Amino acid sequence: MRAEGATLGTPAGGHAAAHHEHRDDIGSKTGMWLFLFTELLLFGGLFIVYAVYRHKFGAEFHEAAHELNKVMGVTNTFVLLTSSLTMVLSVGALQRARVAESLRWLGATFGLACCFLVIKYFEWSAKHHHGIWPGGEHLHSLPPGEGMFFNLYFMMTGLHGIHVLVGMGVMGAIAARIRSGHVSASRYAALEFTGLYWHLVDLVWIFLLPLFYLTN
Amino acid sequence: MHDSHATGAGAHAAAHGGGHEAHAPVPTGTFVMVWVALLALTLVTVAASVWFPGKVGIGVAMVVTPIKAALILMWFMHLKYETFVFRAMFLSAVGILALVMGLTFFDYSFL
Repeated sequence: MRAEGATLGTPAGGHAAAHHEHRDDIGSKTGMWLFLFTELLLFGGLFIVYAVYRHKFGAEFHEAAHELNKVMGVTNTFVLLTSSLTMVLSVGALQRARVAESLRWLGATFGLACCFLVIKYFEWSAKHHHGIWPGGEHLHSLPPGEGMFFNLYFMMTGLHGIHVLVGMGVMGAIAARIRSGHVSASRYAALEFTGLYWHLVDLVWIFLLPLFYLTN
Repeated sequence: MHDSHATGAGAHAAAHGGGHEAHAPVPTGTFVMVWVALLALTLVTVAASVWFPGKVGIGVAMVVTPIKAALILMWFMHLKYETFVFRAMFLSAVGILALVMGLTFFDYSFL
């Protein structure tokens, strides 16, 4: 029985060493996608709330959207799209065993994520100066529909911002594991999954842009 | 039991040219082209919202944004190169979301 298994097992690959590691990249990728679906439904729920209130307060949403800085929103879109490119280039470089290049692209992705948050900081500061802030005086005095627009704006871009922060933390951890050789050309799944998460963060932003910044 | 497992692993390894997903990397140029397309489509959406504010601008955004999402999903997130199972899983998740959104609209649009 055991002997038969061994003979059948041998042609399964000259991957004898790999088989002892108990790895299942397809299985872990399936798990990663299942996690991404929960993220999709998390943001999806907020998109439904947005849709319902926009239906109810169409005019107020248009009015409130004028307050948002279109240039900053579009710039941040370019920043995130570019960070998605540098992320796939990092994965591609590691697949080709170019470790230093992979780390450089990952560093660039991290830098662009920082850049996104800095722009977001200036955007939120400007709103804060105008009293538009959850609990702020001016926000409180706005008509209900406009208030709802800004509540959703802070809720959705805030939740998205937290995802950017988490992504940066994961990138830092993965960079350390690439340096130590735990993540490498023969086992790059961890970096690939970091990329999947990062692209989802980008994907959510792509929908936030027209809903909040291009609504007028 | 043990035999069939070993054979299964063998078939799997053969299909993927390596037990652990050693598929050929996608050329860098492909990713750069996808990125350029994404930037261009963003500019189209912005231009439409500036020059044709209102229904046309929103309509353009509603058509172009899902195209951008598809580019990211298929190329950056690799769904184009995965087995059908991953695409089916994704479509079922999006299907559930669309269903819930649709049912919510029945509640609010026909009051």
